[in-house]
Amino acid sequence: MRHVRFGFVGIFLGALLLAGCQNSTTTTTVKGQKVITVWHWMTDREAAFQQLAKDYEAKTGVKVNFELYAPSDAYSQKVRAAAQGVTLPDVFGILGEKRDFASFIKAGHILDLTPYMEANQGEWKNQLFPKALAISEFAAGNTYGITPGFYGVPIDVMTIQMVYNKDLFKELGLDPNKPPATFAEFIDIGKKIKEKNMQGLVSGWGEVWMIDCLANNFAFNIMGKDKYLATLRGEVPYTDPDWIKVLSLFKEMQDSGVLATGLVTMINKNAEQFFANSRAVFAFNGSWCVNVYKGMNPTLNYAAMLPPRVSDKFPMSVWGGAGSSFMVNARAANKEEAVKFLQWLTDKDQQAYLAQTTNNLPANKDSLKKIPDILAQFSAGMDVATHPNVWGISEFPAVIEALDKGIQSIIIGEKTPEQIASEVQKIKERELAKKRK
Amino acid sequence: MRLKSTLENYVFVLPAVTIFVIFYVIPFIWVFQLGLFDWDGILPTKTFVGLANFWEIFTQDKIWWASMLNVGYITLIALTFQNLLAFLLAWACDREIKMKNFYRVIFFIPPVLSEVVVGLVWQWILDGNYGLLNGWLHQAGLQAWARNWLSDPQTALTTVAVVHCWKGFGWGFLIFLAGLQTIPKELYEAARVDGANAWHSFKHITVPLMIPVVVLVGILTVLGTMQAFVLIIAMTGGGPAYHTQVPVLRILASMRGSSRFGYACAQGITFGVVLILISFIQYRFSKQSRNT
Repeated sequence: MRHVRFGFVGIFLGALLLAGCQNSTTTTTVKGQKVITVWHWMTDREAAFQQLAKDYEAKTGVKVNFELYAPSDAYSQKVRAAAQGVTLPDVFGILGEKRDFASFIKAGHILDLTPYMEANQGEWKNQLFPKALAISEFAAGNTYGITPGFYGVPIDVMTIQMVYNKDLFKELGLDPNKPPATFAEFIDIGKKIKEKNMQGLVSGWGEVWMIDCLANNFAFNIMGKDKYLATLRGEVPYTDPDWIKVLSLFKEMQDSGVLATGLVTMINKNAEQFFANSRAVFAFNGSWCVNVYKGMNPTLNYAAMLPPRVSDKFPMSVWGGAGSSFMVNARAANKEEAVKFLQWLTDKDQQAYLAQTTNNLPANKDSLKKIPDILAQFSAGMDVATHPNVWGISEFPAVIEALDKGIQSIIIGEKTPEQIASEVQKIKERELAKKRK
Repeated sequence: MRLKSTLENYVFVLPAVTIFVIFYVIPFIWVFQLGLFDWDGILPTKTFVGLANFWEIFTQDKIWWASMLNVGYITLIALTFQNLLAFLLAWACDREIKMKNFYRVIFFIPPVLSEVVVGLVWQWILDGNYGLLNGWLHQAGLQAWARNWLSDPQTALTTVAVVHCWKGFGWGFLIFLAGLQTIPKELYEAARVDGANAWHSFKHITVPLMIPVVVLVGILTVLGTMQAFVLIIAMTGGGPAYHTQVPVLRILASMRGSSRFGYACAQGITFGVVLILISFIQYRFSKQSRNT
């Protein structure tokens, strides 16, 4: 009899367990009060978000729960898992490539914000930087098969550029207000850096996407956007002389001494510490670094610059656009409330507050007036900004990995640019063949 | 009556079976099933590709097999260097030495530390520019030995393996110590009476009686090391190039970098089969040594 009792207790516990495994939904109301849940990964903006949530509740009576999940890798996994379990919150961000974004839309997880953006002669849309908005836009004829429109709202803007330490420039006998404009000048400075036994460029090239970013900048400058996109389409091989030139630049940088030692396994957090502590002359980093450097060394004397141009044939481009974007869950009960909240969040005053408290570039054009000088330098990069998410076509991940890891191999002197170009092209052909099947 | 008793027994084990089925059997079946599909992890639709993912792993994915070799190398170092160190330290602490309890605590600190923290701390120690190790080498006049330990392809994997050993030897130490303490002291006393010296006692009493423990530690070391990745992410991110890539990093790259969940599942199954095979071989080996 006792065994049977134990058995029933077991069944009860099992049932409880199964009940716990079933889909949960975000709480939409608490005691009659509407609640919006927002998932984000931005540790540096958490305090500002909480303050804005309080302000919004006081203004509208709608409670906003900002839930922070960090680091970004863990956040990304959580969002994917929630998408698979159909338990996404009212508002969330997607970290990934445009292809992933498209899959979320196809799976019905993301609300098309176009009607809201276009309402009142595009009042909401017109407040925001077009390049930031373009990150979450699917244009007509996009290769992902998504209905054209806006599927996300930028809450800040970023550009990825280079920064240089003005004090170290003086130590090198250089004019601190004249950063290198050409690749040849940059290499010359590299030689001076080597002579003085200093460290040159630091960046998170251990997290390979930042190598990809600089390689893209050089590629746009050397071959232009059209030829670059033709490569993505498979019409131009990676063994093309222009691509070999792009890869050779990394060898040239390494040989000149302009790259810091240990760069190929450096994570960006360490690179930021090196630069903030004046241990490196240059850094390749995003505009988010302004806040990071301020936290690490408020007296750091530095300025932003574009990556040095290699050719005068095409303009130098940098990656830029929306730093972070939020999407509305198409299945959320409070989706209308969520849209209203995002409209409020991207309004001039809230954007100015976010920019001032977190040192990120605002997504709202009217909030740019009171930003620090260094942020203004980064915002100037928006004029030449581009981003993989606006190209309408993506490179195969296997090809990106081969290119980025290949550049690491070039830097450590293991392989030549020609070898890497040939290896990358083989992978490209393999992926194209797979796609054709 | 007999039927009632049988049913009672089944009801009694039902909770355990339910938990096992939910958390082990069903996920395993799903992972295998997903390995047969091309799926990005988000879309509700999946494309059936049969064994194509497995075929790609075996015929095209050279980096996967290179990562298997890398982890094999780390495991080899862990099996030899790490376990020898653990055994010697356990043997020393089992003897009547001063402050042996203090050493026991000290040796067990690295395994309980967070792998990410250990990885980042070692990254600072081994940094090519401002690292402590290179600083000490310079002070000792050995600047010719200083290098970028984690960025140099010639040293990166071995350096990661050594740090892995430092992090993991405490587990082996603890198990070896427990094993040494189960050996009856009378055996040593009897040997001493018969004229055996310390080396003879070690060779003819300690070593034979410790073989089952050595095999157990060996199995745990292999399984633990083959699945290592957190420390490696924190120290090198799998670089430079592919020099410190290990299978779990490749599975993560397929899932997160390429959004190929189906392929990642196939890699997971392949890796699981390799681990089961190794465990089986070790089990057979342990059975044989016990019989001997």
